[in-house]
Amino acid sequence: MNPQDRPSHSVGSPKAASATPVLETRNLNIYYGSFLAVREVSMSIPNNQVTAFIGPSGCGKSTLLRCFNRLNDLIETFRVEGDLNYHGQNLYAPKVDAVDVRRRIGMVFQKPNPFPKSIYENVVYGARVNGYKGDLDELVERSLTQAALWDEVKDKLKTSGLALSGGQQQRLCIARTIAVQPEVVLMDEPCASLDPISTLKIEELMHELKQQYTIVIVTHNMQQASRVSDVTAFFNVRLTDTGKRSGYLVEHDRTENIFQNPKEESTQEYVSGRFG
Amino acid sequence: MALTSPEISPPVIDSLERKNSFRSLFDIVMTVVVAVFLAIALVPLIAVIAYVIIQGGSRISLDLFTQLPPPPMVDGGGFANAIVGTLIMVGLAALISVPIGILIAIYLSEFSPPSVARAIRFATNVLNGVPSIIVGVFAYGLIVLTFKTFSALAGGIALSVLMLPIVIRTSDEALQIVPPDVRWASVGLGASDYQTVLRVVVPAALPAIVTGVTLAVARASGETAPLIFTALFTQFWPQGLLEPTPSLAVLVYNFAGVPFKNQQELAWAASLLLVLLVLITSVIARFATRRKIY
Ligand SMILES: Nc1ncnc2c1ncn2[C@@H]1O[C@H](COP(=O)(O)OP(=O)(O)OP(=O)(O)O)[C@@H](O)[C@H]1O
Ligand SMILES: [Mg+2]
Repeated sequence: MNPQDRPSHSVGSPKAASATPVLETRNLNIYYGSFLAVREVSMSIPNNQVTAFIGPSGCGKSTLLRCFNRLNDLIETFRVEGDLNYHGQNLYAPKVDAVDVRRRIGMVFQKPNPFPKSIYENVVYGARVNGYKGDLDELVERSLTQAALWDEVKDKLKTSGLALSGGQQQRLCIARTIAVQPEVVLMDEPCASLDPISTLKIEELMHELKQQYTIVIVTHNMQQASRVSDVTAFFNVRLTDTGKRSGYLVEHDRTENIFQNPKEESTQEYVSGRFG
Repeated sequence: MALTSPEISPPVIDSLERKNSFRSLFDIVMTVVVAVFLAIALVPLIAVIAYVIIQGGSRISLDLFTQLPPPPMVDGGGFANAIVGTLIMVGLAALISVPIGILIAIYLSEFSPPSVARAIRFATNVLNGVPSIIVGVFAYGLIVLTFKTFSALAGGIALSVLMLPIVIRTSDEALQIVPPDVRWASVGLGASDYQTVLRVVVPAALPAIVTGVTLAVARASGETAPLIFTALFTQFWPQGLLEPTPSLAVLVYNFAGVPFKNQQELAWAASLLLVLLVLITSVIARFATRRKIY
């Protein structure tokens, strides 16, 4: 499964790849109630690159991802310890406005979840709630074009977003997210419910988008991680003293290193499919 | 079956066939049983509608909708005043119960802590089970005695108490059906909680909420007991919110029991109108649910 076609230049730490990390965690512990779901994660997300999170189910990839835009605030039992900085500013500082954070750090979910509104209204929703003053028509065309959906839907912008195919819906959700012009786009298994052609379209899209955005993607598909990402973080779960399973970061490096030359045995086993 | 080996497959297929014929016999018997019970369930509905149409249908004319009820022994007349009175009181009840009910449902489904939600849902179910005559007595004590007059206001409030739990329950269920994903999507785009509720969740639940409101209106317009205690009845046009007010339901109750043929016919015609009202609202409700989103 090692992608031989990938040029294995620049062997170094992810920090070296980019001067200023957009997001940086230090000893981040994430709890649901008393359950420690993710422990002691220290990592940084480099600017204008695609970072992939890989790891077995339940190791806390989604949990960590949702911390990055404070979406976990919606879960009552959720609690976080440690530092999570966005351009050096602690996202969980009391003064920080979570709504503002989410506008700058957008999210695409595993299951396409367009609003039960027209395609047009789906795309402009973020602009409307944020009091955007510009030209909405232009915003719709620009966002849908960026999401590689414009040609397919330009004649039916008034039809419901729910009437699109799954792959189109997911691209609509991407268009909706980038219409807010966030700095970071978080994607939680964006291709999990899509066919190979739609998956390919979205992967191509990510290559386009990283010129403008910083992307973090969770994926269970090793080929996808190796195709789209510049940096890969491998997470695993282990039993704690109390017998609960909690996730932790095993290794975080340039993608080619993770796939061809990992430091940890478990990483090697996971990426080559010999895991558990 | 294709996978079983050739030697043992014939007996297996044989026994399968026998079982199958038994099963299809069972299917037929059950279908007949179900059809019979369906017919039994439909008989009262059809009988009521047919009986009311036969008894009241002959009396349907424009006069019913334009004229006042006649005094005893006088022919003709109608019950326009009762139609107007019913509209006023049901309208008043809807004006009170729909906004309050929907707001409570929004609070329940979107904002309340689970323990509070459980308590309110329980209270709503209890209120739904309170006999309507008790609601009438309550409104009598609260409004009629305070204002020292039977009134449309008291009637409307009594009906609103009956409508409230229906509106709350159906709206609450409608809101909860909206998948959490779309709430997450909205919040993830930088919408505040109330923007999420107003712009995404409520619009998505609206068809089902409309259904609930229509059913509540249908229920309220046929209620008699609470109105006997609160709005009473008059032979005249409604005079104002703080005056006794006629209604179709109370007209049926009053006129059905008197020994005058004309009044009895009017009672049947009013019954027919009420039954039609319930039918029409149910059809509207069906139509609204057909357009439902989730
Ligand atoms: N809302 C929640 N409340 C309580 N525990 C949760 C909640 N969400 C997730 N968990 C727990 O946190 C741990 C990590 O879950 P998470 O969904 O982040 O894993 P994941 O790595 O994304 O898995 P998958 O690959 O299956 O999506 C799991 O043990 C899970 O049971
Ligand atoms: Mg996940």
